[in-house]
Amino acid sequence: MTPAAAPAANASSRPPAAAAIALAAAVAALAFTFLHAESQAAVGWIAASSVAAVLAAARLGALRWASRGALARERTTSVALAAGLAALVLAFHDDHFTLLLLARVLLVATACLGLHVQFGMAGVVNFAGAAFFGIGSYTAAVLAGRTSVPHVAVLAAAGALAALVGSVLLLPLLRTRGHYAALITIAFGIGFRTFLEVNDALGGPQGLNVAGFSLLGFSFNENWTVRGVEVSFYVAYVALAFLLLGGAFAVVRRLETSWIGLALDAVRLDETAAASFGVRVPRWKIGAFTLGNFVTGVAGALSAMMTGYIAPNAFTFQESLVFVSIVLLGGIGNAWGLLLATFLVVVVPEKLQAIQEYRFLLFASLVVLVLVFRPSGLVPRALRRRFGEAP
Amino acid sequence: MDAGLLGQYVVNGAMLGMMYALVALGFTLFFGVLDVIQFAHGDVVTAGAFAGLATALALSAAGVRSDAALLVAVALAAILSMAALGVALARALVLPLRSAPPLNVLLVTLMAGTVLRECIRLFFPNGSQPHRFPALLPSGAFVLGGLTLRHDNLLMLGAGVLLVVGMHLLIRRTRLGLAIRAVAQDEETARTMGIDFERIVLVTFAIGSGLAAVAGTMHGLYYNEVNFGSGLLLGVIGFSAAIIGGLGNIYGAILGGFVFAALQTLGAAALPFASAYKDVFAFAVVIVLMTIRPTGLIGERVSERV
Repeated sequence: MTPAAAPAANASSRPPAAAAIALAAAVAALAFTFLHAESQAAVGWIAASSVAAVLAAARLGALRWASRGALARERTTSVALAAGLAALVLAFHDDHFTLLLLARVLLVATACLGLHVQFGMAGVVNFAGAAFFGIGSYTAAVLAGRTSVPHVAVLAAAGALAALVGSVLLLPLLRTRGHYAALITIAFGIGFRTFLEVNDALGGPQGLNVAGFSLLGFSFNENWTVRGVEVSFYVAYVALAFLLLGGAFAVVRRLETSWIGLALDAVRLDETAAASFGVRVPRWKIGAFTLGNFVTGVAGALSAMMTGYIAPNAFTFQESLVFVSIVLLGGIGNAWGLLLATFLVVVVPEKLQAIQEYRFLLFASLVVLVLVFRPSGLVPRALRRRFGEAP
Repeated sequence: MDAGLLGQYVVNGAMLGMMYALVALGFTLFFGVLDVIQFAHGDVVTAGAFAGLATALALSAAGVRSDAALLVAVALAAILSMAALGVALARALVLPLRSAPPLNVLLVTLMAGTVLRECIRLFFPNGSQPHRFPALLPSGAFVLGGLTLRHDNLLMLGAGVLLVVGMHLLIRRTRLGLAIRAVAQDEETARTMGIDFERIVLVTFAIGSGLAAVAGTMHGLYYNEVNFGSGLLLGVIGFSAAIIGGLGNIYGAILGGFVFAALQTLGAAALPFASAYKDVFAFAVVIVLMTIRPTGLIGERVSERV
């Protein structure tokens, strides 16, 4: 993987960087047309034709060429995608709603990366993703509203608290397997939501208002003007959310390609075999679960500060299932697929108001179909490459 | 606390426990024959209640006035339609995915449950609102000192006990029960003994889902209300009950159902300052119980095959 380790002979057979850039450009262009469309008919047509285009590209092999190229040059891909996002932000600089959507995609993707570490890498199930997201949100609401802790520290504290509360579940999770472990997280998620509803100190069912993010005296909740052009305050949130996602993504990809990822793979695939080869199963499960909850909690905190208001209804079991569906649709264990799945799951129902009412029904049906007909997800996880080997 | 109030708590707890036990029986039966969790089961309970409600409304509109006739029709419609639904779910989702990782089955059925729940919400007339469930049972009550025993509660408890005893006899004393136990114990050996595996699995799903329909109807009669979303919590509670008891063990499921109801009742009675926390309390105790006995009270015997 590291450039130094890549044998020179393979360098020539590496797909050109053009593939990565072409893929990123196509993704950005698609996202732009989709986000830009106003009328329901236009949105519907674009959705239908992009599905057709993707199928055609897959048929012609273009998709394979581009995605192989993109994966072979991850750094180029990341930079190209970041540039694509910047172009989107520039294009929609005064459109609150679209920018809010983009920021939400980035934050949900960050939260799902947390689940990805737990579920996709270490095989620790977590059906309480929304609960850990909620712990982060409520921490942010309380700390930002009632204390003067700097907001960057609030984000870190939210993640830390999510990880800390999650550690209550560690012993039960280590002692149980499979369905029994799944029940523990389900019971926790439902118990947490009920707790929020009946609790008065945290606002009960009405929820809490959350102060907006501010950094060194710069408030994120004010529009700014650059050379006479009004810029939506959400641009700042998109940028911060992008930093969070980028950071989390870089850490996760590093972990995946390192010996830690290898150890986690072993734990996920066969605990008994892993243990007999000297892999310390509890240690890795604890590490993955805690890291995942931290990431999810941080995303929850920023999300709460961005929307300015939280209530228990946002952290239901249903929402946890949406998170799990994203991880699954992305192709469990495939961090790139996860980004795509988040975009689909968050943006499509918002733009297609006609299906808004039916969104849970559609997701659920979609996940059922994927599990029956394509159990490895939309973008299946690739086989682990040997270190230093080109794909 | 006086004896009357205590008795009231016991009766209410027993009613809840009976419903939970019936739901948990389904979970444990399915796990027994296929080693899978059918998580749409909670929503099958709600769907059963709605099927019963629809039948009652249709028959009332057609001019049927006798409560007894309505009750029989409601119960039959709910049981038969849910048995069919259970078979369909097993056929379409659970059997094809048996060789996939077990969590895939859990997920696919969770999602199927969501589909079911959303279908009720979106396509039942006014489905997002709670619906009044007709009171089909006699409404009188025995009064013993401070304790009021309502006839309808006693009838439902009696029906539940009959069903549980019936399940025991079915599993222990009939050829079908023998086949179910054989399949649960060892699928391949059962096949070589001439047992039609798929048929037994489908019959088991029909039985379990029929029990869920009874639980749903009871739930509707007990609260006089049905709500499209109640299946999720009922499903999780039933699953918890089956797991506390030890998956695959029908007596464990019954025990687990009553244990969970006892926890909730205890939470409501013993935390007077915070009876709203009863569910939080019950789920917390479930997590603690599972930590102490990771495979349930009447444990499934687990061995590692390497």
